[in-house]
Amino acid sequence: MKLALGPLLYFWPREQVEHFYRRVADLPVDVVYLGETVCSKRRFLTRADWLRLAEWLAEAGKEVYLSTLTLMESESELRTMRKLVGNGTYPVEANDMAAVSVAAEAGVPFVAGPHLHTYNQETLDLLASLGARRWVMPLELSAETLEQMQQRRPAGLETELFVYGRMPLAFSARCFTARNRDLPKDDCRLCCGDYPDGLPLGTQEGERFLTLNGIQTQSGRVCNLLTELPRIGKLGVDVVRISPDSRHSEAVIRAFHEVMTGEVSAEVAQQRLDETTGEIYCNGYWFGEPGMATVAKQ
Amino acid sequence: MTIESSKRVELVCPAGSLPALKAAVDCGADAVYMGFRDATNARNFPGLNFDEGSAAKGIEYAHQRGVKVLLALNTFPQPESWERGTRAVDQAAGLGVDALIMADPGLLRYAATRHPELRLHLSVQGSATSYEAINFYRRQFGVQRAVLPRVLSFSQVARLVANTEVEIEVFGFGSLCVMVEGRCALSSYATGESPNTCGACSPAKAVRWEEDTEGRRSRLNGVLIDSYKPGESAGYPVLCKGRFEVNGRVDYAIEEPTSLSLLDHLPELLKAGVKALKVEGRQRSPAYVRQVTTVMRSALDACLANPDNYTPQAAWTAQLDRVAEGSTHTLGALDRAWQ
Repeated sequence: MKLALGPLLYFWPREQVEHFYRRVADLPVDVVYLGETVCSKRRFLTRADWLRLAEWLAEAGKEVYLSTLTLMESESELRTMRKLVGNGTYPVEANDMAAVSVAAEAGVPFVAGPHLHTYNQETLDLLASLGARRWVMPLELSAETLEQMQQRRPAGLETELFVYGRMPLAFSARCFTARNRDLPKDDCRLCCGDYPDGLPLGTQEGERFLTLNGIQTQSGRVCNLLTELPRIGKLGVDVVRISPDSRHSEAVIRAFHEVMTGEVSAEVAQQRLDETTGEIYCNGYWFGEPGMATVAKQ
Repeated sequence: MTIESSKRVELVCPAGSLPALKAAVDCGADAVYMGFRDATNARNFPGLNFDEGSAAKGIEYAHQRGVKVLLALNTFPQPESWERGTRAVDQAAGLGVDALIMADPGLLRYAATRHPELRLHLSVQGSATSYEAINFYRRQFGVQRAVLPRVLSFSQVARLVANTEVEIEVFGFGSLCVMVEGRCALSSYATGESPNTCGACSPAKAVRWEEDTEGRRSRLNGVLIDSYKPGESAGYPVLCKGRFEVNGRVDYAIEEPTSLSLLDHLPELLKAGVKALKVEGRQRSPAYVRQVTTVMRSALDACLANPDNYTPQAAWTAQLDRVAEGSTHTLGALDRAWQ
């Protein structure tokens, strides 16, 4: 099983992004997804910058993919996506059918990202026939559904599972961060950059419910399937994905790596991670429960 | 713009029940859309929708009056519900519906292969927001119409229409999804059921109301969605339309309870080349369907007759606001300022 670092979902300054991936080069992840998947106005890094990072990580032995924007509305966003797919060196993570279409026509291998609608084996067959080499399970599906999907998975198609991070649950035309700051989206002043791990949204009772990240809405709780790794392995999952954050990614990567190599038991690794992060975790989707639920190990 | 070309704009109205279907047909809908009574469609609510018998009756009623019937099979079947999905496609084909409204790529492929004569529409749940995506569904499955997610501005809609031969349908009136349809799992995060998996958003069985001297509170699977002072009017707790705390401020952090209404902007839509106008609300009453269909029919006819001098009557707006969620309306994403 390989360990992947998903695309950076937040908007960080260029120096922070470069520093982050410089560290990643030395960390035990096998696969790295690069690029802006949330908002086309986030342009601290140019396409050339991302490609330079890709080259750097590839030289460090990482399997690199370039991720496409999830919500595509304008002609310029389509143009950017076409250039990304046609980069000539790296395969892509397609996060919208527009990208699947362009990749399929160009014969570029792609990973079917978590926001495509891959809910059944027939859709897996279709994506594989179009050139998918891997699919990422939609966040809201369960272990039971995964097991059924795996039983008739097309030959050669890898399966990837989101196992750690705040879950990207929804996308909108509206920017919720700008809305909170009373700024129109057209003059948002890139205010999402003020929140390196998103902007917490709580209920009126003070319960952390969701996380606002520009046009994207994430879970309030952090999804964590560390202690489920043995079962995930048994289900034939090829890649597990950690979603980057500004504070704990390194500790999280090490924890998953140690469990995957058998150096440390999942329970011990989890205990250490609890001490490091202090997060309230959820895992409900995996057990067929509401996503925000925390189900004790079965 | 010629009246001839714009005449082809279809008014598509919701039919959550046989009485609602009849109301839509009688009040001037060009087409009605319905769903089966299960998780195969995105309005899987208790007491709503059609079994095979009532569907046949509805189709007969509509067809006798020259009105088309579209059937929504727009959830995403999973391995354990796959057979129900394909059976629903076969049933719909057997019933003689005029088109299927679908979202799942696998099920679209099944329908296109097994029933090549059947007209296919891409549901809003398919999340196709660009001509590149829509043309993909055209090439793969022969989709003839696509319903646009409520995320594009007027100019983006016009550009999209100009770059595809697929007919474009937009929402003209009804409850407003602030998220890209088909790309929202907020409901399953809180309740375990989402539009994609179960055809339900913020399902009624997860709703709990509390009332005491301080007022009323609505919860969704325990999560406080909103609280109301005594006497304050309260709405159904759709989770994105609750009041939450962000940065120390309690407010409608995602969206107010409001409806989408394009009544004031029909000429722009016709000019953009939109082929159909959809009214949301299969979960609403026959009275709602009657009211909205009547107003939208009058408005569309007035606009088609004289697009350059179209002005919506004040009475139409008032009638629509009376049945609108939150009794107010917005243009949604079509208006950049809303975004």
